Amino acid sequence: MANDIGAPTTGLIADNVIGFARALRVAGLPIGPGAVIDALKAMRLIDIGNRADLFTTLESIFVKRREHALVFAQAFDLFFRRAEGTDHMLDSVPLPPEAQKPPPPASRRVQEAFAQSRNIDAPEIEEKNVQLSVSDREVLQRKDFAQMSAAEIAEVTRAIAQMKLPQAELRTRRFAPDARGTRLDLRRTLRGSLRTGGEIVKFHRLGRIDKPAPIVALLDISGSMADYTRLFLQFLHAITDARKRVSVFLFGTRLTNVTRALRARDPDEALAACSSSVEDWAGGTRIATSLHNFNNQWGRRVLGQGAIVLLISDGLEREADSRLEFEMDRLHRSCRRLIWLNPLLRFEGFEAKAQGIKMMLPHVDEFRPVHNLKSMEGLIAALSSDPRPRRIDARSAA
Amino acid sequence: MSKIPASVDATLDLLTSRGYLAERSLATVVYLSLKMGRPLFLEGEAGVGKTEIAKVLAAALGRKLIRLQCYEGLDVASAVYEWNSAAQMIAIRLAEASGETDREQLSADIFAEKYLIKRPLLQALEPDVVGPPVLLIDELDRADEAFEAYLLEILSDFQVTIPEFGTVKAPQPPIVIVTSNRTREIHDALKRRCLYHWVDYPSAERELAIVKSRVPNISAKLSQQVVGFVQALREQDLFKVPGVAETIDWATALTELDARSLTPQVVGDTLGALLKYQDDIGRMQGPALDKVIKEAVSDPAV
Repeated sequence: MANDIGAPTTGLIADNVIGFARALRVAGLPIGPGAVIDALKAMRLIDIGNRADLFTTLESIFVKRREHALVFAQAFDLFFRRAEGTDHMLDSVPLPPEAQKPPPPASRRVQEAFAQSRNIDAPEIEEKNVQLSVSDREVLQRKDFAQMSAAEIAEVTRAIAQMKLPQAELRTRRFAPDARGTRLDLRRTLRGSLRTGGEIVKFHRLGRIDKPAPIVALLDISGSMADYTRLFLQFLHAITDARKRVSVFLFGTRLTNVTRALRARDPDEALAACSSSVEDWAGGTRIATSLHNFNNQWGRRVLGQGAIVLLISDGLEREADSRLEFEMDRLHRSCRRLIWLNPLLRFEGFEAKAQGIKMMLPHVDEFRPVHNLKSMEGLIAALSSDPRPRRIDARSAA
Repeated sequence: MSKIPASVDATLDLLTSRGYLAERSLATVVYLSLKMGRPLFLEGEAGVGKTEIAKVLAAALGRKLIRLQCYEGLDVASAVYEWNSAAQMIAIRLAEASGETDREQLSADIFAEKYLIKRPLLQALEPDVVGPPVLLIDELDRADEAFEAYLLEILSDFQVTIPEFGTVKAPQPPIVIVTSNRTREIHDALKRRCLYHWVDYPSAERELAIVKSRVPNISAKLSQQVVGFVQALREQDLFKVPGVAETIDWATALTELDARSLTPQVVGDTLGALLKYQDDIGRMQGPALDKVIKEAVSDPAV
């Protein structure tokens, strides 16, 4: 590097920065040693007496996601205020406005990080290992999740964990070598020709790359869905593991993005992480509000690349009004395919009587039951098939 | 060629001298990025001036600006380099015609620099007499993940490997600005190689200064009302709230129309300059609009 940075700084400031980085790491920010070295180098470039500059500098190095900015701001405030009394390395230049008013939710996490007490309490789940006969398995295939015993649920969980979504559905605009491709790969053809002294013996071709379509799941975790939620999360965890482009949102009275939590390798760990990030398990449902939040905050970010949306909900909405219709319509228009999975469909002769369901139905491409293993497998088959052209009126699907 | 600024204040002055009124935090990360030779990753909503910073930086430092606009399907051939196959083909035929049969020699001749078509990223690695260029990788979130992975080598080592040709390494790393509108998350591996900064909407005070500098013939009263209105609009529950670029557009439109003050009539006619979704425009009609106008007019932003 052609500049005058040289070796990182040492001494008291270095200790402070290193300690700060460790505290942030405990608070959940992914900070590698490289970032710490960067921070130490950057310390030499700025006036560390200027609190605002110090804040921005450390932030630009330690924070790589917008979501972490709040935790960082709180930690900074706490850590460098604490240092003030003894070290005098900072004056009282005010922080940027967004750092001045830290709302409480992340605070505890930061506080705990400074206390350096790390308590990971994994929930102990009693699991009976039962061996089921073949006929038992068949029964299990069709049994409603809501009527299963703990042992049966454990068995179903195992079955779900083995589900794999087939890959490759979406044709991208990128090309890769493909013997049956439609484009001539001049570069490889030329290289090949050199082996024969400039004579072209074989034409190499390029074809479009196929890749899995992104899947966005919106899972209703309200009270009426309580019997199903955990299994659906298992299911979503299973497919998240197999393919990277899956985003999962939980909603009851509010919307929570649990995509990251679900990426944890172990399903139980992932589910525990999910439940710790959700504040409204088994509460009421506010579908319209949740969809509104999804459309405004996440729609453009996760639906951009031809995503398939799985809406998992019973559609029992209390405040069914024109807003629900409006938000469903927007969701429908911004994705490639909207599949509504409704456990209520298990009942023979189910009729869309509830006001909310009536309003939502015209805006979905497909309406499927999802209450037992069989229907989940059916869903997987549906997802791997070529997406059908969008129906004008989806009411007939019900 | 101007020298790289020596402090945060100097960076702030440099940007201001070119009409970019930056927050101090932005100037700090720009300064650090220049000093540490690290790419700067700017994230933020559309229209907050992320792309502009690269343009201004190039102009202020007297460097060449190389822009790579990302899009879905962007590949190595259009971002980094491509071989001029037609010319190579002719060269092979000529070699044949002259009876040359040395394969090694032919291969060396064919994959020479003169047949290499350099795209933005490779251009950015080339030495320049006025100093390393400013490389703007715009809207990286539009490119697919595969391309992101390709960028890792370039952004950390400032080098590109071309199988037939060898490795091209920049003698001096370019100044790299990466922008993202956050339509999807960029992988952490890439962010780790950059300094990260979230560019926010400006405060009312700063936005007023920006409007005054970019729309010089606007009256003091109108500019205050415009900024007050836009700031109030950002508080509303809209699908897409206006950015600074929209504020400037709107202020320009209003001065072109000779408006002297915000009235429901004139705002209603020009709302399309600020709001780009029919639903949002529909929501801001009638009483809702009157209320926001009233606030903006009675309680000037600054």
